[in-house]
Amino acid sequence: MQDVAIVGVGCTPVGEPWDKSLREIAVDSTWNALDDAGTDEVDGLVVGNMSSGNFIDQESLGSLIADYGGLGNISAFKVEGACGSAGAAFKAGVMAVASGYHDVVCVTGVEKMTDVVGNSATKILANACDREYEAIHGVTFVGLNAMIMKRYMHDYKVTREQISTFPVNSHKNGVKNPNAMFRREISLDTVLNSPMVADPLTVMDCAPICDGAASVILTTRERAREFTDTPVFIKGCSVKVDTIGVHDRATVTSMAATKAAAKDAFAQAKMEPKDIQTAELHDAFSIMGVIGLEDLGFVAAGKGAKFAADGEIAIGGKLPCCTMGGLKARGHPVGATGVYQIVELAKNIRGDGVIDVENGIAQNIGGTGSTVSVAILGRDD
Amino acid sequence: MKTIKDVGIVGYGAYVPMYRIKNSDIARVWGNDPVRVPVKEKSVPGPDEDACTIACEAAKNSLLRAGIDPHSLGAVWVGTESKPYAVKPTATIVAEVIGATPAINAADWEFACKAGTEALQGAFGYVGSGMAPYALAIGVDTAQGQPADALEYTAAAGGAGFIVGPAEESLAHYEGSYSFVTDTPDFWRRQHEHYPKHASRFTGTPAYFYHVTNATRRMCDELGKEPNDYDYVIFHQPNTKFPMAAAKMLGVDKEKVIPGLISPYIGNTYAGSSLVGLAAVFDVASPGETVLCVSYGSGAGSDVFSFSVTEKITEARNKAPNLKSYVGRRLEIDYATYARYRGKIRM
Repeated sequence: MQDVAIVGVGCTPVGEPWDKSLREIAVDSTWNALDDAGTDEVDGLVVGNMSSGNFIDQESLGSLIADYGGLGNISAFKVEGACGSAGAAFKAGVMAVASGYHDVVCVTGVEKMTDVVGNSATKILANACDREYEAIHGVTFVGLNAMIMKRYMHDYKVTREQISTFPVNSHKNGVKNPNAMFRREISLDTVLNSPMVADPLTVMDCAPICDGAASVILTTRERAREFTDTPVFIKGCSVKVDTIGVHDRATVTSMAATKAAAKDAFAQAKMEPKDIQTAELHDAFSIMGVIGLEDLGFVAAGKGAKFAADGEIAIGGKLPCCTMGGLKARGHPVGATGVYQIVELAKNIRGDGVIDVENGIAQNIGGTGSTVSVAILGRDD
Repeated sequence: MKTIKDVGIVGYGAYVPMYRIKNSDIARVWGNDPVRVPVKEKSVPGPDEDACTIACEAAKNSLLRAGIDPHSLGAVWVGTESKPYAVKPTATIVAEVIGATPAINAADWEFACKAGTEALQGAFGYVGSGMAPYALAIGVDTAQGQPADALEYTAAAGGAGFIVGPAEESLAHYEGSYSFVTDTPDFWRRQHEHYPKHASRFTGTPAYFYHVTNATRRMCDELGKEPNDYDYVIFHQPNTKFPMAAAKMLGVDKEKVIPGLISPYIGNTYAGSSLVGLAAVFDVASPGETVLCVSYGSGAGSDVFSFSVTEKITEARNKAPNLKSYVGRRLEIDYATYARYRGKIRM
């Protein structure tokens, strides 16, 4: 197994680019990363995408993006793990380089969600849960997360106000990110008083439906400095699964897949939570950010909301989280999100981000925790 | 664009059904927030009203103000997306009702919410080229809003007609116009479907605002004017927010928009929307004042018109009921009655 480094990153602005197709944003992002790495050749492309077949009636994204990106007859295919598709694709890319199968691999996460209308996006996203036991009854993702949040508030006697500091933090951080969908601060009152989606989650507790693509270029430690003076190394990378339906879990206020992936990633990195300097959490809904803090081992169960409310997740706090806006403010183009997190984390580590850190962790969730990837990145030892 | 002959509006008339349903009542039925609604209430056509009957009322009011022989009309054109018949003109019924047949051109126009101004644009060309002494253009709808859809709060009924004629007889002189169109699928209804579909926020920036602002700026450039030079500005009004936002983008003072902003009280009358607003402005404008009217139709496009009001407005406006009287003539109904009147209950 060889050490793997990130030598180029790129992405497109997250939003509603109605004048651009999936292939355009995917190619733009891929070439942004290739330009950043100073190369025009890769021998592998891994595409993270959740549901292009449903959103835009297009599959075979490996071929599509390699073709329109002018990458030639390379190895290219798509990896799917619901909203955690990009995190899973990243791991596939890391494995491809670490194993020696490929020298230089591009991982591109992409999703085009805004070409469908009405409740179609909600229905497509519900494909991430158990269709036969959950979605068939009409439950939506925001509905599932609302139930999780209610249970969490009940079990730990935590207030909605404490949990909803997450979107306030993400919006504040999004202001500085030129690629964020929402670049404006919001107050806690705004979150609490925005229209209710599924009690207790309001619109401002939920990440937006949007389009975006993000890419990273991976290579071996041996070749990394051919491309950059500031390679960022993958210290740990793991993808774990849990039961697909929440009803089959012993608890809904914690994600076993996050815990398992974190344990694996920390072991690979030979690190502990106390060593981590920043975290990109999967804050698709406010409660997901809170539970993520706990499952990754930064705080004890039931203490995540207070940690956030005390300002510890802010830039300048003990563990700056979602430093470029997170899913809430940067946006959550589902199958691309995991790579956006890696791009942002890598920039922070290599010195052109918004904070100066030596390492950080990213957590990307598919479903309600059925597929979770955890990656730990850091500077060279 | 300008006509060969000098032309203008010689008569106008609006009509709004008397029934109203409050937005808060619609919100109550669907479990939504009764405060976060797009308009206060919307007009509802009665069981014996449709786009054709509303067009007839608007046509009759237009003739009252114009004071012309209906047989002198060269065209009766009805712009609507609520045709009572899929195949059979509404305009022939209207022409027959007002006694304008048979030596006349009659047709229905369709371009979502700008079908009425499309017909008006045609009427200026028809009369302005000398093909007819007068032409009547009507924008009218009994708009369809799917139960529980965001559009149900605003899809309303009403319309307004305008008779185009020689400049010397005009109560408002036509100074110029512009049409701006692209293929932008923001809202549509396919054959045999009861309700339209729409593309949520896509209906805003790339659709309504893009076309409204571009059409307005381009006409103003041609005329050497600024949007805020006008005394009154009317925008297509699908709700309260969009026209006010368009005004801000174009640098138009808020108070110039208010007199023609009727949607908060009757909802969005679709092909009638900007034209009902224009009728409301003609009810209050003084001779010498200028009026900018901007429509928007999904699919998508905008028509823009520039008018200067003449002294004839003072006498003409009192010859038919004004818009304020139609807005004030209201009978509130509940959701169940509304559902019955609009045929929303299907077994």
